[in-house]
Amino acid sequence: MWKYRTLYLISIPGIVYFLVFKYVPLLGSVIAFQNYNLFAGFGGSPWVGFEHFERMFSHYDFLRILKNTLLLGAYDILFAFTAPIVLALLLNEVRLTLYKKLIQTIVYAPHFLSWVIISGIFVGMLSPSSGIANVILGWFGIDPIYFLGEDSYIRAILVGSGLWRDVGWGTIIYLAALTGINPELYEASEIDGAGRWKQTLKITLPALLPVITVLFLLKIGDFMDYGFERVFVFQNPLNIQNSEILDTYIYKAGLKQLQYSYATAIGLFKSVVGLILLVMANSLSRKATGESLY
Amino acid sequence: MGREHWSRKLFLICNYIFLTGLSLTMLLPFLNVIAQSFSGSAAIDRGDVMFWPVDFTLNYYRYVFDDASIWRAFGVTVYITVVGTAINLIATSSLAYPLSRGEYVGRKFIMLFVLMTMIFTAPLIPQFILMREINLINTLWALMIPTAISAFNMIVLRSFFMQIPTELIDSARIDGCGELRILWRLMLPLSKPALATVGIFYSVTNWNKYMDALYYLNDRSLYPLQVKLRELLINDDLVDTGNLPFDVASQSVQGVQMAVILVATVPIILLYPFMQRYFIKGMLIGSIKS
Repeated sequence: MWKYRTLYLISIPGIVYFLVFKYVPLLGSVIAFQNYNLFAGFGGSPWVGFEHFERMFSHYDFLRILKNTLLLGAYDILFAFTAPIVLALLLNEVRLTLYKKLIQTIVYAPHFLSWVIISGIFVGMLSPSSGIANVILGWFGIDPIYFLGEDSYIRAILVGSGLWRDVGWGTIIYLAALTGINPELYEASEIDGAGRWKQTLKITLPALLPVITVLFLLKIGDFMDYGFERVFVFQNPLNIQNSEILDTYIYKAGLKQLQYSYATAIGLFKSVVGLILLVMANSLSRKATGESLY
Repeated sequence: MGREHWSRKLFLICNYIFLTGLSLTMLLPFLNVIAQSFSGSAAIDRGDVMFWPVDFTLNYYRYVFDDASIWRAFGVTVYITVVGTAINLIATSSLAYPLSRGEYVGRKFIMLFVLMTMIFTAPLIPQFILMREINLINTLWALMIPTAISAFNMIVLRSFFMQIPTELIDSARIDGCGELRILWRLMLPLSKPALATVGIFYSVTNWNKYMDALYYLNDRSLYPLQVKLRELLINDDLVDTGNLPFDVASQSVQGVQMAVILVATVPIILLYPFMQRYFIKGMLIGSIKS
């Protein structure tokens, strides 16, 4: 080991980084069980057990916010997870290389925009007076709709803008898996008289299954992490009933209202639920498909 | 093609129409933003502007380029993108390289130690308290240091390093090279495509940074472009009461907002053709290994 001391030496800053910025805050989660006071610190703050968790569950708003979080997570799996698989299959049918490249270049691009910019574009397009969406509705004689000012549209807008940004990006890994399929399989099935649709069902999809499973498990692990930014930038007081999620609530309760311990308790709850979902999905998947993350 | 079944042909035609339509839904919003940023405010308010400027004007851009606070925010963003990405690359490669070497005893343990952080993430408040304790609140370091290494990018880089034949390292050692020299003179130059891939991921993240600034900065003079842009997208008078979109108030600001959106987007669009060469490869390596 001494011979390679330089290797160990240069790895130290990175290890320290993970210790300090990832593990120390993880240990700091103990303040969920305290009445944390900035001046008293971890040592001086009184322990209160599960008081903050009890408060969380007895809070009417909390259940609504939890419901929003779970609903958005479910929509995300229903649409944002499946859409890239379908799009990759469709792109795979395209034989004109130049056209395929062009389409790919265009659909990957929105992924690189920040949520602030995406919200700017969408808010502009959905504006009641000048937004392109309402101009088009106007052609059909429909009165302008203030899409962002009503609870009923916000979930569709959140899911839709997420799809718009990431559907193309999500296809990259499936397209790579598709190129890995042995072409002889298709040739053999053609001789057997299988059409393109049958081939997709019997060859293409089974070949994609391992990738789909792994990505699905990762998605389940992120179920509660719908993302602070993407929701926050679309939020306003008129749509907050349906758009408040745990992450935005934690920010407001913690950093705006300085309820440090309460906000940490919610954050801890979120992580634990996410972990339980991941473990459950992983063991289910191992039994059903033989694929698992660990 | 000619001998194929009619249903196959029908499918292909529908597929081309669908994919073209999908690309248009990606492109047209941009054209709309560009057109509005060059159009007269009355035309915008009437909803006359689709994909081509009406009553062409440069007023919004004049306003944007005259605003010192937008310039400052732009400068902050360029700074955290350049300096932050340099920190990212140095920190990431100096961990990824040792972990790519078979000689590093305990590398499996360290990898596990890193991977665990991808599953267990600490809640916001303990992270905030840590930042307070180490005095990073209200400094630009708050936007660069806590995100110095992404576990995903570290895995990408490590995989690239592992592909380089060990014989090269051995022969360099016989020539009398020390470990640092091997890293600096041999491994890093050989890994330029990998560094470019990871560098692109990092710089896009740094350019788009918004949330961290919201959490850790109170000093307005330190706000990066995304925060400034966000302020312009919501009505200034209502900033403190909530996040009402600009719709509620006057419409005349819409042109300015579209111009700022473009100012914040154009640098990424200019980089995009260059980036595209690399990011697909990076995505694949990262996902295969994780």
